[in-house]
Amino acid sequence: MKAGRAAAIFLRQLYLLRGSLARVLPLFAWITVDIVLWGFITRYLNTVAAPGYNFVPALLGAVLLWDFFSRVMHGVTTAFLEDVWSRNFLNFFASPLKISEYLAGLVLSSVATSAVGLLVMLVLASAVFGLSFAGYGLLLVPFLLVLFLFGIALGVVGAAVVLRFGPASEWFVWPLPALVSPFAGVFYPLSTLPLWMRGLGRALPPSYVFEGMRAVVAGGEAAWAPLAWGVLLAVVYVLLACWLFVRVHRHVVRTGLLARYSAETV
Amino acid sequence: MAGLRKAYGGTVAVDGVSFEVARGEIVGLLGPNGAGKTTTINMILGVLEPTAGTIHVEGLDVGRERSRALGCTNFAAVYAPLPGNLTVAQNLRVFGMLYGVARLSQRIEELLTEFDLLPFRDAKCGVLSSGEQTRVALAKAMLNRPHLLLLDEPTASLDPASAQETRARMRRFAAGGECGVLWTSHNMYEVEEVCDRVLFVSKGRVLLEGDPKTLPAEHGRDSLEELFIAVAREPLTLMQSEVA
Repeated sequence: MKAGRAAAIFLRQLYLLRGSLARVLPLFAWITVDIVLWGFITRYLNTVAAPGYNFVPALLGAVLLWDFFSRVMHGVTTAFLEDVWSRNFLNFFASPLKISEYLAGLVLSSVATSAVGLLVMLVLASAVFGLSFAGYGLLLVPFLLVLFLFGIALGVVGAAVVLRFGPASEWFVWPLPALVSPFAGVFYPLSTLPLWMRGLGRALPPSYVFEGMRAVVAGGEAAWAPLAWGVLLAVVYVLLACWLFVRVHRHVVRTGLLARYSAETV
Repeated sequence: MAGLRKAYGGTVAVDGVSFEVARGEIVGLLGPNGAGKTTTINMILGVLEPTAGTIHVEGLDVGRERSRALGCTNFAAVYAPLPGNLTVAQNLRVFGMLYGVARLSQRIEELLTEFDLLPFRDAKCGVLSSGEQTRVALAKAMLNRPHLLLLDEPTASLDPASAQETRARMRRFAAGGECGVLWTSHNMYEVEEVCDRVLFVSKGRVLLEGDPKTLPAEHGRDSLEELFIAVAREPLTLMQSEVA
């Protein structure tokens, strides 16, 4: 793998972001709306619920972490979709670029865009609604790591879906985080779910983050072992997602779908 | 290329095509629409896997050493414009990095000058005329000084003066002796002027091969254009005369 080629993919995204309001605004606009909305909801809940329980770290913290995950995932898929929208596959895939380098470039792009979103959310949530991450302590590192890795995995899966089924299938990709959220127990413990949903939830790395977060908010300590399992699971998903993308790429090269991509000859 | 074949189910797009492009040589790949020219080019570029056969660039198997083989190849095609939302200079930089071009800034300046693109350096490719976009695509194709250059109708959207300049430029480039060029075109005047050798393809097979200046007479035609029309309309007759 040559770093220069991954850097070229990243540079292309940087060029696109530079001076493009339509691309820069979504990096923080919708998550800002989310934080403001949930910030006021948590304030309201604090006034009507039994005293002693603080909804800010439980609900607003969950929203922030989930939005970070969504931004990471969309960071990968948006960078990929830029090549779909500009019909650039032939130019890229007929160059010496390897799939590993292409995916690394997409991940680099996502790191940059999701970092902007995270920073805006942290500043807003702490400055306006008093959300403090000091309470999470060092656990914040595995929390963010698990969500980052799973966001990358889901983003690469989304890209593979669009590569396989053509440009119109991007509409499958945008709602993926929303599809995952009921199973991941973002706002409620997994024990709330029926057994079959709980089983699926345990297979999703973010569920370990939100269970851990709720344990900390409740005054206890998050167990490190389940979090380590969450990290391991997320790494496995990243590897599986990359394997899927490589398989799909091979398929579209073999069947001619890549060369006739816009024809969507599924 | 040896025994190159591409089949989609029962439909055969390319059927046992074999040829070589030597350094310093410009080879014309000619044939009617749907003959298999672009399919052949896509297979050379590694974006379409052959059903059978092998492709080697500088001794490197495109199927097995794709990245290295494509590192010494490049292409320009009307159906693969560079991203319109990047400027000319940005596109050249991104693709220069992908092809691992040394002293990239200097190379970009050379190409901007050579292809008369200096006034458009900071213009987005999408706002350029089709002729200007073709020149950008050609500049990108020359970034890595390829050993095999694939040009799919490179002058299709150029005015006659620009087309002539492009042909002269490519001839000079090939004459340098480092690069072989595979050139597709429907302009037989251009093919006669620029190509050292031509391959006539029809229904996925190479029917005729030879010097574009002598080939028409060898097959009882007055011009390359007449021969092209004969290949398009009566490929079987030509195949039989070839066998005889």
